[in-house]
Amino acid sequence: MSKNGKSTALSAEQVDELRATANLIRAKIIETSHKAKMPHLGSCLSCTDILTALYFNVLDIDPKNPRDPERDRFILSKGHGAPALFQILAMRGFFPESMMSDYGQDGSLFGEHPPTPDHLAGIEAATGSLGHGLPMGVGMALSARILKRKHRVIAVLSDGECNEGSVWEAAMFAAGQKLDRLAIVVDFNKWQATGRSEEIMALTPLADKWRAFGWNACEIDGHDIEALVRVLTAVPDGSGKPVAIIAHTVKGKGVSFMEDDNNWHYRIPTADEVVAAKRELGIPT
Amino acid sequence: MRNAFADEITKLGAADPRVVLLSGDIGNKLFDKYKDENEDRFFNCGVAEANMMGMAAGLALNGLRPVVYTITPFTTTRCLEQIRVDACYHRVPVIIVGTGSGLSYVDLGPTHHSCEDIALLRALPEMTVLCPCDAVELRAALRAALQHDGPVYMRIGKKGEPILHQTPPDFAIGRAITMREGSDVCIISTGNVMPMALTASDQLAADGISARVESFHTVKPLDTARLAELFARYRVVASVEEHSRIGGLASAIAEWLAAQPRQKADFTGFSLADRFLHEVGSQDYARRQLGLSPEIVVAGIKRAVAASAAA
Repeated sequence: MSKNGKSTALSAEQVDELRATANLIRAKIIETSHKAKMPHLGSCLSCTDILTALYFNVLDIDPKNPRDPERDRFILSKGHGAPALFQILAMRGFFPESMMSDYGQDGSLFGEHPPTPDHLAGIEAATGSLGHGLPMGVGMALSARILKRKHRVIAVLSDGECNEGSVWEAAMFAAGQKLDRLAIVVDFNKWQATGRSEEIMALTPLADKWRAFGWNACEIDGHDIEALVRVLTAVPDGSGKPVAIIAHTVKGKGVSFMEDDNNWHYRIPTADEVVAAKRELGIPT
Repeated sequence: MRNAFADEITKLGAADPRVVLLSGDIGNKLFDKYKDENEDRFFNCGVAEANMMGMAAGLALNGLRPVVYTITPFTTTRCLEQIRVDACYHRVPVIIVGTGSGLSYVDLGPTHHSCEDIALLRALPEMTVLCPCDAVELRAALRAALQHDGPVYMRIGKKGEPILHQTPPDFAIGRAITMREGSDVCIISTGNVMPMALTASDQLAADGISARVESFHTVKPLDTARLAELFARYRVVASVEEHSRIGGLASAIAEWLAAQPRQKADFTGFSLADRFLHEVGSQDYARRQLGLSPEIVVAGIKRAVAASAAA
């Protein structure tokens, strides 16, 4: 059961609905990337299922009251996934979708990374430089303890982001303080900007690293929405430890010609590629 | 100064439940009283300053008033990006306290000196930079910082500095305090090198030059109204700081001056040389090696006065 007493098991219909939502989000991200010339498409598609599970099921948030002190805090520590987050926040009603009509243009709030919480409802931290989101999340989790609040803090990190020493500083502190209402999901798509994440630094065994740093870690398929909901809803999980979910993902997930092709870290899709991608996702063109 | 900080933060922590003290594994026993009274609002964050600063921003985003405390290089340059992005970009009320600033810890070597911190933190949007000159000013500065809705950097000394304010001054962020009146020249100083400015003023008086002394405890935002007043009144305005000549108080004054019409006063800045000190010794020795002593200040001001009279 979740902290709200919700059942953690999804019905088949709920799973289908969340999958359809994720595909719709993917289509919007790809269309926007084409129109606004926004990169990081592969990174956005790899975390879309994680964000869908969080925003459409797991997080205790109210778009009508985005500053509710008791709300769950979500930090997209891999800030370059912002094009995915923006679409989701709009769909959840934090701001009208029409606000994004100027995406990437002069004066727009919508670019490659999240703006500050003062500038856009639903954003908890302005990330973009990697390795910042988790320490800020640790501070938020600590504040909940000091202020005797029950909310959770969940951050999504990229695997490349785990290169940053600040991630491991935060990991040690959170474990030392037993911040069990804090969880991270590592969007483990096996790529970073310019190469295989395992080849650039010795990243694996990643779950064991988090365990060694005092976290309760598990590994799941990061595109299995049912599994994502199950493990995320279970936070705090009774272990007394912060929770690390290593989500095995595929960069560019959902579009055959983008999957596991790191050129899509920076490439912008053509109009024809947008049509082909939407067709694969089952979204009318 | 650091004992005054510990005492004042203990009082403020008791009065304001939003205060959270974060220490980077220093201050052994210094904060015992604070910890006794506010156990749930003290965290030794270990030797992990990037996380400490990011955490402070997270605490502040949720309504608390974190005060981050460690030796100056580690609370500034070590985690400069966290200060810039997490504290300044988010415009959250994080108070960053650097102890043992400037050349306070000469014997620990340049790894523990901080002669560039004002330059670096002053350049960050939203940041306020405070350099109190003694324990009395420090207490007032800390109280003011806790009421300020944005990030504040406070550069403090070590322990045992002289008390210069006999009574608590009327303190406001961005408003300079007159330490001593004078009629011929004005010396502007900031931080714990203030005694040198006062000594220089004494020596100048003995030579018949009356020197006013100002405490610019706030280097950002600079008290430009006071600067305008001083530059219009005196023949020579000098600055004295225990900081590199690049980017500190003298630079801040020169930036203001460059945008003004011609002023009555000539300006001369006394700062530290742009180099590392490879020898140890006393703080006065280190200052002298890097070009700062009462004699150097006095001689420089006399030269400026003579040049001004000749012009």
